[in-house]
Amino acid sequence: MAIRERLSGNEAVSFAIKQINPDVMPAFPITPSTEIPQYVSTYIANGECDTEFIPVESEHSSMSATIGASAAGARALTATSSCGLALMWEELYVAASNRLPVVLALVNRALSGPININCDHSDSMGARDSGWIQIYAENNQEAYDNFVQAYRISEHKDVMLPVMICQDGFITSHAVENIELLEDDVVKNFVGEYEPENYLLNSETPMAVGPYAVSNYYMESKKAQTEAMKNAKQVILDVANEFAGISGRQYGLFEEYRLEDAEYAIVMIGSAAGTTKDAIDSLREEGKKVGLLKIRVFRPFPEKEIAEALKNTKAVAILDRAESFNAHGGPLGSEVTQALFNAKCTMEVRNYIYGLGGRDFRVEDAKNVYSELEALITEGKEIENYKYIGLRSED
Amino acid sequence: MESKKRYNLKEVMSRPERLTPGHRMCAGCGGTIAVRAVLRALHEGDHAVIGNATGCLEVSSFMYPYTAYTDSYIHNAFENAGATMSGVETAYNRLREKGKIKDNFKFITFGGDGGTYDIGFQSLSGSMERGHDFVYVCYDNGAYMNTGIQRSSATPMYADTTTTPVGKESNGKIQYRKDLAAIIAEHKVPYVAQTTFLSNFKDLHIKAEKAIYTPGPAFLNIMAPCPRGWRYETSEIMEICKLAVETCYWPLFEVVDGKWQLSYEPKNKLPIEDFLKPQGRFKHLFKPGNEELIVKFQEEVDRRWEDLQFRCSQE
Repeated sequence: MAIRERLSGNEAVSFAIKQINPDVMPAFPITPSTEIPQYVSTYIANGECDTEFIPVESEHSSMSATIGASAAGARALTATSSCGLALMWEELYVAASNRLPVVLALVNRALSGPININCDHSDSMGARDSGWIQIYAENNQEAYDNFVQAYRISEHKDVMLPVMICQDGFITSHAVENIELLEDDVVKNFVGEYEPENYLLNSETPMAVGPYAVSNYYMESKKAQTEAMKNAKQVILDVANEFAGISGRQYGLFEEYRLEDAEYAIVMIGSAAGTTKDAIDSLREEGKKVGLLKIRVFRPFPEKEIAEALKNTKAVAILDRAESFNAHGGPLGSEVTQALFNAKCTMEVRNYIYGLGGRDFRVEDAKNVYSELEALITEGKEIENYKYIGLRSED
Repeated sequence: MESKKRYNLKEVMSRPERLTPGHRMCAGCGGTIAVRAVLRALHEGDHAVIGNATGCLEVSSFMYPYTAYTDSYIHNAFENAGATMSGVETAYNRLREKGKIKDNFKFITFGGDGGTYDIGFQSLSGSMERGHDFVYVCYDNGAYMNTGIQRSSATPMYADTTTTPVGKESNGKIQYRKDLAAIIAEHKVPYVAQTTFLSNFKDLHIKAEKAIYTPGPAFLNIMAPCPRGWRYETSEIMEICKLAVETCYWPLFEVVDGKWQLSYEPKNKLPIEDFLKPQGRFKHLFKPGNEELIVKFQEEVDRRWEDLQFRCSQE
């Protein structure tokens, strides 16, 4: 029997951690993810969870210790946000290249500076090329569900890659919503015990981790990571299907919302998708054919699937909650555009930047994007290829 | 504990090598001598996980696809050997609790002075403060030797390094070296010791064994000369180490549960010139007109030696 509750996103993820009961969790405080280690520490203090918590002295050390614990043969995880993830940057690559199936609960927050504690995706987008699987949530339910699925993906023998489970800082991490939780034993059975093939504490077969690999070997190790990332796509779908069996909630690589017959589409990631869905419902009542493609899995990037889902639209707006400072768009904009180009799609494509540092994204903002797309097609009214939404002044 | 038994060099030297020949460290490298000597203190039948900060040792002893270690080994990065081993040790505790691991494991991590005194200092301090049961061994050769002899906070004053080069306007490094063993002792960990390579290696062996078999965090600071960086003939290493100790440049001591103990007091403390002279990195100090620099070096050695004697005289 599912449990109906009201939880914040941070508490939902912490609850999933308690149910999975992983072996080792090093973590360091940072807003807004810090509630996760606090909840886990409280579970441990109350005897509800056996995880060993390591109160490390920095995020660099939290990822370093997570890597050490995972290499040793334990199921390990950490949580962080923003500058914490930036401080881990070097270690993110080490975790991925050592093929360690660790999980990171990321609560998305803007990077400094100026220092800002609110949501955008600049932290995880900065880490997009580090070799981690990235799965994003729109709401608390998805954050919980994604976390429950994480180890099944990371520990799959065809994958063996770290997984980042992302949710939007404050917007979902601190907002309390209705949520449907799974029973403890259902989660435990679904996730299963971790039985690594090779690990440091195997006295029968010692293992060496983290070699110096010269040019003769380095490139093959990168190719192997890429193959694992390719394999991850099917594993993510298989795990999602199995998860649907225990939860009744079906996930894919992305969610299509009223997209099938849409002429104008928005592509975006995270909580703002909920706002866009409201705009869509309202515009659909006016007879506008508008839809949404909400990215769930950004790494591996579902290139062909996205192009297939968007191919019948007339215009697509890709909304980035992160800058890439390439001076022509955001990271999602670049990748979706490439996907459409490779699939020989010829619809109009525009890239918008929204919601940086917690700037509100309103239903009106989504509606404006759709009306700009429509005006572009029906009236030939040009839109810049790359523009900002919601600035204090449009000048 | 085995250290109570009589130390027998022949017996100790006949133990199987846990850092095997065939690695790519330089001939006469002090780092390798330190590693072999520490690992010989592991009791037979005990397994170990060896950690390593990035440096000469790592890039020369674990070049894919070959490892020189008979034990499990983990290298993560330059600045996080302490934190990495924190994770390994914690995993061990948890997996033992779950009954998944039955064997005894010991955890020993090695870092050069760059990875220990400087970039890995925070990670080391954190791992000591949290009380993980492991040994951090610094093989201190007083510079970033792997990248080509750049100064570190362990480099002695006036040393000629590639980032403190001696020139018309420079006499080498301006600053004194950091006293890391004292700083770690102030973490109030159960065991801290400073040692180097002397005669029959008894001092190093006993300290390594104590460090490994004392529950809780332990720190060993081993002076491990680098013939390339210090510029002396490789065959002179034992003499150099002896002079470092006899001049009180590198005193031997232990801090056991907060109690400071001198391991050796020279009968006749030798002048610092005796230690400096054989090393190319101090050659400029012996040019006419630089006598004052040697006086200043001597003053600092004396000040630190007196300070150490004072600490060790406290009940």
